[in-house]
Amino acid sequence: MIRVDGQGNGKSLIQVRGLSKTYRRGGEEIQVLQRLNLDVDKGDFVGFMGPSGSGKTTLLNLLGGLDVPTQGSITVDGDEITHMSGSKLTKWRARHVGFIFQMYNLIPVLTAYQNVELPLLLTKLSGSERRKHVETALSVVGLTDRMNHYPRQLSGGQEQRVTIARAIVSDPTFLLCDEPTGDLDRKSADEIMALIEELVAKHGKTVLMVTHDPVVAARAHTTLHLEKGVLVEASKVEQGVVAGGVA
Amino acid sequence: MKFRSLIFANLFRKKIRLILTIGSFAIALVLFTFLAVVNRAFNRGIDIAGADRLVIVSRVGLMQVMPVSYGDQVRAIPGVKYVTHDHWFGGVYQDEKNFFPQFVIDPENHRKVYPEFVVPDDQWNTFVKDQQGAIAGAKTAKRFGWKVGDRIPIKNTLYGPTKTWEFNLDGIYHTEKPDGDEGQFWLQWKNFDENIPDSIKDRMKSTAGWYILKLDSPDDSVRVAKAIDTKFANSSYETKTETESAFAAGFAKQFGNIEFLILSVGSVVFFTLLLVTGNTMAISVRERTAELAVLKAIGVTDGSILFLVLAESVMIALFGGVLGLLLAWAAIPVISAAVTGLLPPLLLSKTMLSLGLVFAVLVGVVSGLLPGIGAMRMRVVNALRRV
Ligand SMILES: Nc1ncnc2c1ncn2[C@@H]1O[C@H](COP(=O)(O)OP(=O)(O)O)[C@@H](O)[C@H]1O
Ligand SMILES: [Mg+2]
Repeated sequence: MIRVDGQGNGKSLIQVRGLSKTYRRGGEEIQVLQRLNLDVDKGDFVGFMGPSGSGKTTLLNLLGGLDVPTQGSITVDGDEITHMSGSKLTKWRARHVGFIFQMYNLIPVLTAYQNVELPLLLTKLSGSERRKHVETALSVVGLTDRMNHYPRQLSGGQEQRVTIARAIVSDPTFLLCDEPTGDLDRKSADEIMALIEELVAKHGKTVLMVTHDPVVAARAHTTLHLEKGVLVEASKVEQGVVAGGVA
Repeated sequence: MKFRSLIFANLFRKKIRLILTIGSFAIALVLFTFLAVVNRAFNRGIDIAGADRLVIVSRVGLMQVMPVSYGDQVRAIPGVKYVTHDHWFGGVYQDEKNFFPQFVIDPENHRKVYPEFVVPDDQWNTFVKDQQGAIAGAKTAKRFGWKVGDRIPIKNTLYGPTKTWEFNLDGIYHTEKPDGDEGQFWLQWKNFDENIPDSIKDRMKSTAGWYILKLDSPDDSVRVAKAIDTKFANSSYETKTETESAFAAGFAKQFGNIEFLILSVGSVVFFTLLLVTGNTMAISVRERTAELAVLKAIGVTDGSILFLVLAESVMIALFGGVLGLLLAWAAIPVISAAVTGLLPPLLLSKTMLSLGLVFAVLVGVVSGLLPGIGAMRMRVVNALRRV
C-alpha cells in the first residue's frame, strides 16, 4: 500500500514523515519539500511526476541518502537514515540502494562487466562469487553477449540496461530511478520500462521512479504528483481537474 | 586490490597526457638526481672523515707551509696517537685535463693515520725503500692503464720552473669504504724535499703543507686542537687545527656556496615535479566529476575515493621516477667522465637510487593529496546536477 497521508501502520518498507528541504541561494530561501509524507511497501512500484523544478530529484536524493533533509525523517526497513553519519550513510547506500540516473553514468574506461561488478567490490564476495552475480545481473537485462564491450560500443538503451544491471547486482532493498528513459527514444524507453516492470513483477523489487513522461508513469502501480512540496495521488489530481472543469 | 582495473584504466585514459606527464617527471627527476649526486660528491669528504682525526693547517692559509719539525712537537702532546704530514704536489700527467690529486706523504706514519687506504705489504715495503717510488689509487691506475713497475712522468709547474719528475709505481692502494677516494697519487716527502728547486728552497725546505693526526679518543679533539694552536701561537708559523670533517667542509666551500646553489635549484625542480603531477591529477579529477559522484552514490567511501586518486598519482610518479632514475643511471657516469678534474667523481649509489624512488613516491602522494581531498569532499548531489 502506498500512502501519502502519513497514517501508515508503521510496517511499510519506506516511511517518510514530515520531510522538508529548504535550499538557500543568496539571501533567498527555496522551500522545495514541505512536510512531505510517504509510505511504500516492499514490492511496490511508485512513479513520481511533477513539473520541472518541483523537487522530484531532491526527493529521490533524500530517499537514497545522498542528501540530508532540513527537517523530518526517512526510515527504511527499520533504519532511520536521517540520523546517520556520512560514512555510515555511505555503507547504507552500498547495501540498500540501487541507483539508475538519467545519464547512464557508466565509467567509460571499464567494460560492461567491470561496471556491473563495481558495487560488488565493496562487499566481501570472492572473485568467483562476484562473477556469478555479475553474469546473473547481465542475463536479467539481456546483455550477456555484450559484457566485454565498453560503454561507447553500446547503444543508449543498452547502456541504460547496464546501469540497471549495476543497480540490481548487489540485490539492494530498493531501486531509485531518476528519469531512466529521459534520454532514450520511444522504443528503447519501452524496453527499459518492460525491464523495470519485470524486476518488480518477477523479482519482487521495490522501485521508486521519477519521470515527466505520462506514458512511462502509467507503467507504475501508483503515480504520485509532487505539488507545492507535498505528494498527491494521481487519481485525486484527476478528480480535482474534473471537478474544477465542471465548476 | 579490488579497484586495480579501475586505477589502471584511469591511468591510461589519456595516453598522450600520461606520456607527457611521465616524461616531464622523468626529466625533472634526472636533474634532481644529478644535483643530489654533485652535492654528495662535494660532501663525501666530510662524511668519510675520521672522527678521531685532526688537520693542522697554517693560520695564514691552506697553501702556506709549516716547519716539518712541528710533527715531533705535536706528537708530544697528550692525547695524540700518530702524526703525519702532507704536501700538495700539484703536477700534471701528460695533459692538463688529466687531473688527479698528488700528495707528498710521509711514509713512516701515513699508514697509521689512514688505515682505510690499503696497500699490500710487499708493495708498501718496496715503496718505503724506493725514494723515487709512488703509490696510486686503484681508480687513477685504471684510468691511465698503469701497472706496478711502470715509470710515471709527472710535470710540475707549481714549484719553480716547469720540471718533469719521474716516479716508479711501486704499489696500488684500495679503500675499504665503498665511497672512498681511490683517485690519489702519493710520492715520498724525502724525494720532494731533496729536489725542491733552488728558487724556492728557503721557503719550502724542510716543511709540511699540513699535518694530520690521529687521536687516542675522538672526545679529546677540542682539547688537543686548542693545545696545538696555543703551542704555536706567536711563532712565525701559527696553526689552525680542526677536525677532519670541519676541514673537508671548509674545503668544499672553496668551490663557492655549492650547497645553496644545489638547494635552490633542487627546490625549484621539486616544485616543478609537484606541479606537473598535481596539475595532471587536478585535471583528471575535474574531468571525472560525474563518475566520481556515481562511485560515491553506489557506496564507495571517501577514503577509497582519496585512495583512487593517490594511487593514480603515485603510479605516475613511480613510472616517471623509474624512468628518470634509469636515465640518470645511464647519464651520470658519462657526465662524470666528462668533468673529471673539474668536479669530484660523481657516483650514483644504490642508496641514492632507492632514495630517489622513495622521493618520487613521496612527490606522487603529495601531488595527489590536494586533488584527492577535493574529490573526497565533493558532494554527490552537486556533482550530479552539474552534468
Ligand atoms: N543545491 C541547490 N541549491 C539551490 N537550489 C537547488 C539546489 N538543488 C536544487 N535546487 C532547486 O530546488 C528546486 C527543485 O529541484 P529538483 O529537485 O532538481 O527538481 P526536479 O527534479 O523536479 O526538476 C529547483 O528550483 C532547483 O533550482
Ligand atoms: Mg530532476
